[in-house]
Amino acid sequence: MSIAITTQIICFSVLSLVIIIGALGVVLLESIVYSAFILGGVFTSVAGLYLLLNASFVAAAQVLVYVGAVNVLIIFAIMLVNKKEDLKPISDIKSRRIISTSICLTLLSLLIRVDLTNVWPLSSPQNSIREESTIRIGEHLFSDYLLPFEVASILLLMAMIGAIVLARRDVMSKDISTGLPVDQELIEKSSEPLLTNKN
Amino acid sequence: MEYGLDLEYSFNEFLKGFGLSSEIAHIIWLPLPMLLVLVAAVVGVLVTVWLERKISAAAQQRIGPEYAGALGVLQPIADGLKLLVKEDIIPAKADGILFTAGPILVLVPVILSWLIVPFGQNLLISNVGIGIFLWIALSSIQPIGLLMSGYASNNKYSLLGGLRAAAQSISYEIPLALSVLAIVLMTNSLSTVDIVNQQSGAGILSWNIWRQPVGFIVFWICALAECERLPFDLPEAEEELVAGYQTEYAGMKFALFYLGSYINLILSALLVSILYLGGWGFPVPVELIAKFLNLPINAPFIQVFTASIGIVMTVLKAYLLVFIAILLRWTTPRVRIDQLLDLGWKFLLPISLANLLITAGLKLAFPQFFGG
Repeated sequence: MSIAITTQIICFSVLSLVIIIGALGVVLLESIVYSAFILGGVFTSVAGLYLLLNASFVAAAQVLVYVGAVNVLIIFAIMLVNKKEDLKPISDIKSRRIISTSICLTLLSLLIRVDLTNVWPLSSPQNSIREESTIRIGEHLFSDYLLPFEVASILLLMAMIGAIVLARRDVMSKDISTGLPVDQELIEKSSEPLLTNKN
Repeated sequence: MEYGLDLEYSFNEFLKGFGLSSEIAHIIWLPLPMLLVLVAAVVGVLVTVWLERKISAAAQQRIGPEYAGALGVLQPIADGLKLLVKEDIIPAKADGILFTAGPILVLVPVILSWLIVPFGQNLLISNVGIGIFLWIALSSIQPIGLLMSGYASNNKYSLLGGLRAAAQSISYEIPLALSVLAIVLMTNSLSTVDIVNQQSGAGILSWNIWRQPVGFIVFWICALAECERLPFDLPEAEEELVAGYQTEYAGMKFALFYLGSYINLILSALLVSILYLGGWGFPVPVELIAKFLNLPINAPFIQVFTASIGIVMTVLKAYLLVFIAILLRWTTPRVRIDQLLDLGWKFLLPISLANLLITAGLKLAFPQFFGG
């Protein structure tokens, strides 16, 4: 066995272990902050898997989008609303856990079955397109995948406008969810410096 | 690779002379460039710290470090040794694991980004195809480390500093990426070597700064904001936040932040010189000089000469930019957080978008000047 293949196998097993253990950690850990940080590690390891598959552009995009944007925003949101509060104990937590575990295991077995029965078309390493993949991805995005690409951008725009509307309630005269007139006074007060209110 | 020195090839041939297989020779070769670049980065930090101390002293009409070595050149080493032997303190109520992992996460992506910095045709660790995109992706990891250390310190100043750092680097990453995109559009490649080669046609006249003046300014402002240098050093604004996310750190963990910020500054300066100032290119093309002296371009002497000129030019351009950054730090006041975000979102973002659009239009109109 050549050194290159050995390195590849070692990298693959380490990355897979990190992904599986990390993903379990994200779901099972009690602390939401730890879960968020481990999620970043899982995203990075997935990027490592893409690198092993010679898809360096996809790997970099994975890091940029999932680690650099999605995960940072998740951590950001957690830290902005980080309240120390004791969560109420849920009464039937045990049965809920059993149900969710069984659903997840069913999905997992389904995926394993698909993986084992399907014949995957594997291209040999000599035929891989390597660095050219960036160009190919661009060509596909602007030809046969143009519509999904544009629809995704419209979706993002809608989400952005929604977020702005939710964040800037002072521009609306009525509350969006209840339909009641918005208490403008309350909003005014909250935007004042906190220290002046105490005098 | 018919042009340029190929050190890797000659090194491998040299080892094969001792009867080693080519694979073993490759494995022995692999860590060498990485080690070299790591040493270069750390030495670069020492030089920058000394420059910072001396220039700040000059800006404030002081003398600055004087007794440690001639003109105080050993002062940064003394600083480093002091940090090395200081006690490593983890506050009692801090989160130990995250507190330790934070500085590492800040430093590692910055050092990894040196992978793509070329000092010559073959003088870089790896000419990866995604080149400059790798740097953009890696620099987006840094805010996680900052948020982590800010949160783990269990201190409200630290948390505020971490949140500010993350907000700042997210908002300045977008104009930064857009101005890089305009360069990539002209080069037709993401690789840093291709970007420099595309500017090497007519010496100083073909540098990207003449074709991308707006992009250059936007990139430089964003790079300073990403490095958290003074006009934009809100995350550690000492008058308001003690020291931001670094407040609780001491000893080597603090040194990691310190190293990280200076390595990042040098890296940004190097990238500005690669993207806009012709990288390793001499203001007059070396080919012209060789022709003038009637020497063949492939002669070993000329090859060594070109490589050394390349390294000197890259470092010179980078340190000129570092000098400007230091001068800016000691002569400009700090912006407020709302001014910072206004500048990023309402000014730099539209400007860089327009710059990208105009570059695309000019590329279609004048393909010979803007890369066909």
